[in-house]
Amino acid sequence: MGYLDGFKVTFKTLFDDRVTTQYPEEKRPKPERLHGRHVLNRYEDGMEKCIGCELCAGVCPARCIYVRGADNPPDAPVSPGERFGFVYEINYLRCIHCDLCVEACPTEAITEGKLFEFSFTNRQDAIYTKEELVVDDDGRPRHQPWEDWRDGEDVHTSAWVRATAPSGAAEFEGRVQWSGELGYGVRPPEAGQSLDQRPDEEKPL
Amino acid sequence: MIVAGDPLFRGGVDGAVVLIVLVKTGVAFVALMVSVLFMVWFERKLVSDMQNRIGPNRAGPWGMLQTLADGIKLFFKEDLLPDEADRRVFRLAPYLSIVPAFLAFAIVPLGGTVTIAGRETRLQLADPPVGILFLLAMSSVAVYGVMLAGWSSGSKYPLLGSVRASAQMVSYEAALGLSVAAVVLVTGSLLTSDIVSEQSSSIVDWNLFRLGFLPFGIFLLAATAELNRPPFDLVEAEQELVGGFHTEYSSLRFALFFLAEFMSTVTMSAVVVTLFLGGPSGPGPDSGFPGAFLPVFWFLAKLMIFLFMYVWLRATLPRLRYDQLMDLGWKKLIPLSLFWLLVLAAMILDRRYGFVVFAGGIVLGLVLLRAVRVGQSTTDDAASAAAALREAG
Repeated sequence: MGYLDGFKVTFKTLFDDRVTTQYPEEKRPKPERLHGRHVLNRYEDGMEKCIGCELCAGVCPARCIYVRGADNPPDAPVSPGERFGFVYEINYLRCIHCDLCVEACPTEAITEGKLFEFSFTNRQDAIYTKEELVVDDDGRPRHQPWEDWRDGEDVHTSAWVRATAPSGAAEFEGRVQWSGELGYGVRPPEAGQSLDQRPDEEKPL
Repeated sequence: MIVAGDPLFRGGVDGAVVLIVLVKTGVAFVALMVSVLFMVWFERKLVSDMQNRIGPNRAGPWGMLQTLADGIKLFFKEDLLPDEADRRVFRLAPYLSIVPAFLAFAIVPLGGTVTIAGRETRLQLADPPVGILFLLAMSSVAVYGVMLAGWSSGSKYPLLGSVRASAQMVSYEAALGLSVAAVVLVTGSLLTSDIVSEQSSSIVDWNLFRLGFLPFGIFLLAATAELNRPPFDLVEAEQELVGGFHTEYSSLRFALFFLAEFMSTVTMSAVVVTLFLGGPSGPGPDSGFPGAFLPVFWFLAKLMIFLFMYVWLRATLPRLRYDQLMDLGWKKLIPLSLFWLLVLAAMILDRRYGFVVFAGGIVLGLVLLRAVRVGQSTTDDAASAAAALREAG
């Protein structure tokens, strides 16, 4: 009965479980290494990591980063060393979240947070300055009113750095090669990167 | 015109009677509107369930107010009138579509007899002596709505859609009418109230069983085609004709077409229930129509079966090709319903005649089928021979 098989299929589907995620109410967990809105990190003592070298601005294919460095004031230095990022702006109307800035950064100052659910109503809000980008005193990203943060979403801010070995050499996997962060200290290396070592919820669907 | 069987008019017409009729009209109108709201939601929800989706779920609980939201949106949209359009006809067409859909519903008996303010009346808006013919008349008028809409738009896709519509609806109207004729034949009356009360004594008296399923099946198929519902929705085939006959319509005028389409679906389902499933009578034997609740419940329950079926058809079947549509209508449904009408007529005269006509019809049909086959193969042979000749020469 070839004609009637189709009716059986549609009728059965009526009782199938739905796979749709009810998006704004519920969200799927985000992958640890997702490229989201950036943060500017600080050392454990509260110093900023950015040294104003402009490598991120130079590498940016979308030309969305503007950096101006300045000499650290000797009595109240902002970052360890000679220079610090005096102006730091990212235009999120241009950013393509390619993460090249993160790769270019010599001090792990800029990393990607996990936030992508943000929408602004004017262009001025799209330009994030140091005020929005630098992490707060707990080492957490600052929340803007137009950003949709949920519990636990602001924890992973530097996973990419910890997941990638220098020059991509496999023998460095699991070795700590990074500096500490404000609020977190020196973070442990990412759990095994092979598929079978990862927790279930992070496996690709 | 409304007088016929309704006990309401036995004591003459006075103010109270007029008032009751007005109230009944209002209630029927509102009920139909609500049923359309329900049907649109029901269809969207059910189709999405059958396609493993969620469907509307934002407006109201389970998205039940989605239709209302859509209606309000359509209300506030700009009402476009194409430059090339024939203005008067363009404006008229939506009403030609929606008014028959509502009027046809008036003849459907929804339930038994009730007493309002000391007057007995049926739960049926109108019971004209022309009865079921009124339905055929109204569905013919509805063709004009679709046809004129496409023609007056002054644009090619709507025109193609309306050409398809008129051809399709006219061809299927014949099969539709013939299966209605079968019902009228055994009932001996055109009145819908008579058709229903004839079937009310028990479930085996339902025309579905009494007429041997065939007219029911034919009516269902033809009605689906008449409604332009999938799989017979060539009239508004989105993939080929943008929106078909209503491409140029927007805002409230489009809403009227939309409303008319779903209203006709509900009306046609109600008519199927009336003609073949005993209308408001339950599966067991019941004497006449006592009370109001139970008959209405049975009616709605049967109605739901057909509404579900229409959605199921839509979720399952792909659209027919145009020649398949015409084949089904002219070469299958019409001969079949004609044949069955003859058998039924003979059966009513005498059982023996009936069987003779049945057997004769089968034999004749087989002979005809064979003749068509032979004819086809000879033309095919001739064609291939000619092709071979051309190749050789």
